[in-house]
Amino acid sequence: MDPEVSAVRLTVWEAVHILSSSEDGGRIFCTLGSLKRYLGETENPALPEEQEEFARIHFSTFLRCLVGKLSPDWLELLPDGQMEELWASFFLEGPADQAFLVLMESIEGAASPSFCLMKMAQLLARFLSVGRMAAVMEGQCRQQAGPAFPLLQETLLTKVVGLPDRLGNRLQQENLATFFPQNYFPLLGEEVLRVLQVVVDSLRGGLDCSVSFLSQVLGKACVHGRQKEVLGVLVPRLTVLTQGSCLWQRVCWCLVERVPDWAMEAVLKGFVEAAPGPEVLSRLLGNVVTKSKKAQFVMTRKLLFLQYSCTMPMLQSLLGYLAMDSQRRSLLMQALKELLETWGSSSAIRHVPLVQQRYVSKAILICLAHLGEAELRDSRDELLASLMEGVKSRLDSSLPPVRRLGMIVAEVASTRIHPEGPPLKFQYEEDELTREMLALAMPRPAADGPSEAGLSFAPVSGETPDRETVDRSGPQAGPEGSDSELDSDDEFVPYDMSVDREQRSSKAPSYVRGCLEALTGSEDWERWEAALWALEGLIFRSPAATQEVSMELAKVLLHLEEKTAVVGFEGLRQRALVALTVTDPARVAEYLTAQFYALNYSLRQRMDILDVLTLAAQELSRPGRLGKAPQRGSPDPGSQPGGAVVPAWRAVVEERVRRKTRRFSKGSAGRAPAVGPNEFNSVAGYFFFPLLQHFDRPLVTFDLLGDDQLVLGRLAHTLGALMYLAVNTTVAVPMGKALLEFVWALRFHGDAYVRQGLLSAVSAVLLSVPAERLLADMLDELLEARSWLGDVAEKDPDKDCRLLAVKALLLLEKLRDKLLPLSSP
Amino acid sequence: MATPPLPPPDPQFVLRGAQSAVHTLHFCEGAQGQGRPLLLSGSLRGLVHIWSLQTRRVVATLDGHGGQCVTWLQTLPQGPQLLSQGRDLKLCVWDLAEGRNTVVDSVLLESVGFCRGSVLAAGLQRWMLAVPGRGIDEVQILEMPSKTSVCSLKPEAQARLGMPMCLQLWQADSSPRPLLLAGYEDGSVALWDVSSRKVCSRVSCHTEPVMGLDFDSQEARGVSGSAEKALAVWSLDEQQALQVRGTHVLTNPGIADVKIRPDRKILATAGWDHRVRVFHWRTMKPLAVLAFHSATVHCVAFADDGLLATGSGDQRISVWSLYPCT
Repeated sequence: MDPEVSAVRLTVWEAVHILSSSEDGGRIFCTLGSLKRYLGETENPALPEEQEEFARIHFSTFLRCLVGKLSPDWLELLPDGQMEELWASFFLEGPADQAFLVLMESIEGAASPSFCLMKMAQLLARFLSVGRMAAVMEGQCRQQAGPAFPLLQETLLTKVVGLPDRLGNRLQQENLATFFPQNYFPLLGEEVLRVLQVVVDSLRGGLDCSVSFLSQVLGKACVHGRQKEVLGVLVPRLTVLTQGSCLWQRVCWCLVERVPDWAMEAVLKGFVEAAPGPEVLSRLLGNVVTKSKKAQFVMTRKLLFLQYSCTMPMLQSLLGYLAMDSQRRSLLMQALKELLETWGSSSAIRHVPLVQQRYVSKAILICLAHLGEAELRDSRDELLASLMEGVKSRLDSSLPPVRRLGMIVAEVASTRIHPEGPPLKFQYEEDELTREMLALAMPRPAADGPSEAGLSFAPVSGETPDRETVDRSGPQAGPEGSDSELDSDDEFVPYDMSVDREQRSSKAPSYVRGCLEALTGSEDWERWEAALWALEGLIFRSPAATQEVSMELAKVLLHLEEKTAVVGFEGLRQRALVALTVTDPARVAEYLTAQFYALNYSLRQRMDILDVLTLAAQELSRPGRLGKAPQRGSPDPGSQPGGAVVPAWRAVVEERVRRKTRRFSKGSAGRAPAVGPNEFNSVAGYFFFPLLQHFDRPLVTFDLLGDDQLVLGRLAHTLGALMYLAVNTTVAVPMGKALLEFVWALRFHGDAYVRQGLLSAVSAVLLSVPAERLLADMLDELLEARSWLGDVAEKDPDKDCRLLAVKALLLLEKLRDKLLPLSSP
Repeated sequence: MATPPLPPPDPQFVLRGAQSAVHTLHFCEGAQGQGRPLLLSGSLRGLVHIWSLQTRRVVATLDGHGGQCVTWLQTLPQGPQLLSQGRDLKLCVWDLAEGRNTVVDSVLLESVGFCRGSVLAAGLQRWMLAVPGRGIDEVQILEMPSKTSVCSLKPEAQARLGMPMCLQLWQADSSPRPLLLAGYEDGSVALWDVSSRKVCSRVSCHTEPVMGLDFDSQEARGVSGSAEKALAVWSLDEQQALQVRGTHVLTNPGIADVKIRPDRKILATAGWDHRVRVFHWRTMKPLAVLAFHSATVHCVAFADDGLLATGSGDQRISVWSLYPCT
C-alpha cells in the first residue's frame, strides 16, 4: 500500500497519537468522533474504500490502542459516562470478528483481577447480548468469494467455542452468568440460527454463501459435549423451519454435511438424540449417510455395534431415518444383516455384556419392523442362515436371559423373514422386557402420534360384538346383581372350604413296596398316579421298609417317565427321590452319584440327580430335622388325611393339657430351638467326592467339558451347595481342598453360568471350612484364588460373575479381619 | 377377613340302617302334628324307610317296589298320602294315615330311565303328575287320582334333546296355566306350557345331561346341575323366555341333585365327589362343603324348618342344621 495515498492512515496515526498523549477530554472525544466516520452509520460517512481500508488494516490496531487507554481516570475525562459509551461503540459497531478477537485477546492478556478485566468482560457480555456473535459468524459465511484465512478462521473457531472455558479461567469467582456454558451455548445456538436465516435470505437474493464455518462451530461445540445445549435450541426451530421450505432443508443438509469428520459423530448423535422422530431426522439430515463415509460409519456401525448407549426412541429414530429414503434402505438392510451376524455369533454371546445383547436384539426387531416383505425375501437365505446360527448358539447358552432373547428374536424374525413357513414358537414367561420387545417389533405407523391412538382403539371395537353374543347365548360372569350388596348377608358366613379339592381315586398303595409295584408293573394309570402321590409320605412314615428297597426304588424313580399328564409330575418324583435319599443317604447317594457319570442318561436326568442330591443334603443338614419330619408329609392333605389331621389333633390335646396343668415355675415358655448333630456329617462324602471324579472324562453321550456345559454349570453350583451344607462337619476340609482344585481347573471356562457356579463354590469353601484350617492347609490355593477373583471382579463380561467375585473377595477380607486379632498378640 | 374361616360343620346327626344306598329323601309333616317332621328315604333295595327325627329311628318300612331302587318320594298336601316311584316301572300311592301303610293305587310307568316325576297339587281332590313317558323323549302328564292321561309332551323331532332327566311342575301365581320345567339329556332345560303342549323356551346350559334342577318361582330363577363341573343358574323373564344368568364352576364334576331351601336363602347340591355343597341362593356365593359321606351323594332334601338331609351311596343319611331359618 502506498504511503502517500493513505489519508486514512494519517488520520488513524494522528488519533492514536492524540489518544496516547492528550488528557483533554473534549479533544479525545472529537478525535474519536472523527474516526467513527469510518465505521459508517454517521451523518457524513467516509468513502466506502476508506471505510474498507480502515476496517481491514487499522481497526484492530486502533482497538488495541483503545484497550490500552482504558482506566478509571480516562473514562472520567468526560461526564456521564460519555467516554465509556463512545469507547464501547467502537467494539460494538466495528467489524465484529476483529472486535471479538481483540476483546478475547485483551481479556486473556489483562492482569486479573483488575478494573480493566471487568470492564472488558462486561463489554463482551454486551457484545454477546446485542447479537454481535451472529455478525462474527456471518462475516465468515460471507467470505466465500475472497481468499479465506484458515488461520483466522481457526482462531475464531477456537475462541467462539472456547469462550466459556477461557472466561471461566480468567474471571474465576467473578464470572458473569452469560458466560456459563449452560447459558452461552443455547445463545450460540440462537446465533447460529440467525446466521442461517441470513444465509437463507441471501441465497434467496441470489448471493452465494457458505455455511462451513457454522458447521465447524456446531461440530466443535458438539465435540466439547454441548450437543444438548446447542441442538436443544437448534433442532426444534429447524424442525419448524424446514417443514415447508426446500431452501431451508438444503441449507440444513449442507450444515450437517460440512461438519468436519472429527466432529461428525458428536453432531449426528446429538441430532438423533434431539430429533423427535425419524421423519424429522430425515428432514434435517438428508442423505448425509450416503455422502459422507464418516457419517455412514457413525450411523450404521458406531451407534449400532460399538456403543449401546442410545435410548429406544433414539434407536427408533435412527433406524427409521435409514428406512425413510430409498437410497438409505440398502444401508438398513446391510445393518440388519450385520446385526443378525453379531447377534448370532457365539463368541459375542459369550463376551458381550447382556445390556448390549439386549440393545442389538432390539435394534434387530426395529429393523425388521421397518423392512418390507419384498426386501426381506430378496435376502432371505442369508438372513435365515445367520438367524438360525444365532438361535442355535443362544439356545445353547446356559444363561436364561440370553436364551430368552434368542427365543423372542427368533419368533419375531422368523415370522417376518419367512412368513409362509411354520412359525417358531417358544415357551417363555412374559415380563416387562418381552412386552417391550414385542411392541418394538410392531410396524410403526407412518405418522408419529395420533394414529397410534387409533390402533389401540381397534381391538376394543372388535371385541364389542363378541361380548354381545356372549350376553345372548353363552353363560356370563355371574348372577350377582347390584342388589346383592344392598341387603346384608352377614349371617351367611362361609365355612372353611379348604377340603374341597379335586377328587382322587382312593387306590393309593399303603406300603412302599406297593408303590414300587404300582410304579413298575402296573398298567393301571390311576393306581400309578396315586402311588406317585403317596410315595413321599410312605417313605417318611416307614424308613425301615424303605431302606429294604431303597436301591430299587431309586432306580425306578430315576427312570420314571411321565406317562400320564399328572399335574406336578416333576415335583412329585423329585420329592420322592429326595425323601428316599434322606431316608437311606449312603446307599442312594452312592447310587445316584455313580449314575451321574453313567452312559445312558439324558441331560434332564443328570440335572435331576444334582437337584436331588442338593435338596437331600439340605434336608439332612437341617437342624432339628427329626422333630419336624412327620409334619412335612405329603404336599396334598387331601390324599393324605392322616398327615394333615395329626397336628390339629395334637394341638387340641396340647392346648387341653396346658389349660388343665398348673405350672409352678414359669421359666422359659418359648421352645428352645431344636438342636442336634448335623446328620449330613457322616454321609457328605458319598454325596460329594464321586461327583468330582469323572468330570474331565468325556463319554459318548456326555461331555461335561464340551457341549454339556449347562450340566457342568449345574454341577459347579451343586458342589458349592454341598460344600456350604457341609459346614461344621469333619469332612469339610478335604472337601474344600478338592473343590478349590476343581475350581482352579475350570476357572477360565468360557460359559458365564459355569463361572458363576465356580465363584459361588469358592464362597462356599470360604464359609464352610474353618478359618484356621483354611490358612493352615490351603494358603497357596487361597492366594491364587484371590488374584483370580480380583481379575474376575474387574474384567468379567458377565455382571453376575463380577458380583459373585466381589462377594467372595469380601469373604476373604472378613477372614483376614477375623485372623488379625488372633495373630496380633 | 381377618378372622380365620369357621371350621367345616359337622352333621347334627346321622341315620344309619337303610342297609343300602339311599337314593331319595323327602321330609313330611308328622301325621299327628308332632313337633318334628318325618324323613322318608328310598333305598337301592326298594325299601322306603320312614324315620322319626325325634327318636332318630325307623318308624316304618314300606316294601312296594319288588327290590328295585326307589328313585322318588313325594307326599301330597291333602293328606298322609305318599307317592313312591321305583325302577320296577311302578309309581305307588300309599296311604299312611293312622299308621296304615298300604298301597292304595299304582301307576304303571313306561320309561326305564332315572327321571323322577313331579306333582302339582292344585286342588284337594285333583292333582297333576308328570312322569317320563313311553317315547324316549316324552313326558307324560296324568291327572290323578283318575290316572287319565292328559297329554304327552314330545319335543319336535329335530330338536334331539334326548331323554328327560328331571322334571318340575309349577304354576305361576298370576296365571292358572301349569308349566313344566324339564332338564334333558343334551344339557338343555326346557319350559313347557302343559295346556298348549308347546315348548315356551329352551336354553342349553350344560354340555352334559342335566341331573337335577330346582326352581324358585317367586324370583323366577332356577338352578340346574349336570354331570359336568358346573352349576347353571337361569331365569325366566316376563315373556317366559329362559336365560342363562351364570354358571358356577365346581371342583369336581357331577351333581346328582340340587335343592333350594323353602325360604329361598340357600341351596344344596349332591355331588358325585361325595360332597355336599351349600351356596347362598341369591349370590351363588359358596358357603360350605360338607365332606362327610364316603360315597356318591345321591340326594338332598330340605325340611320346612331348614333342616338339610343328604343321602349317599355309603348307606347313611346325614342331617345338618346350617344357617337356621329366621
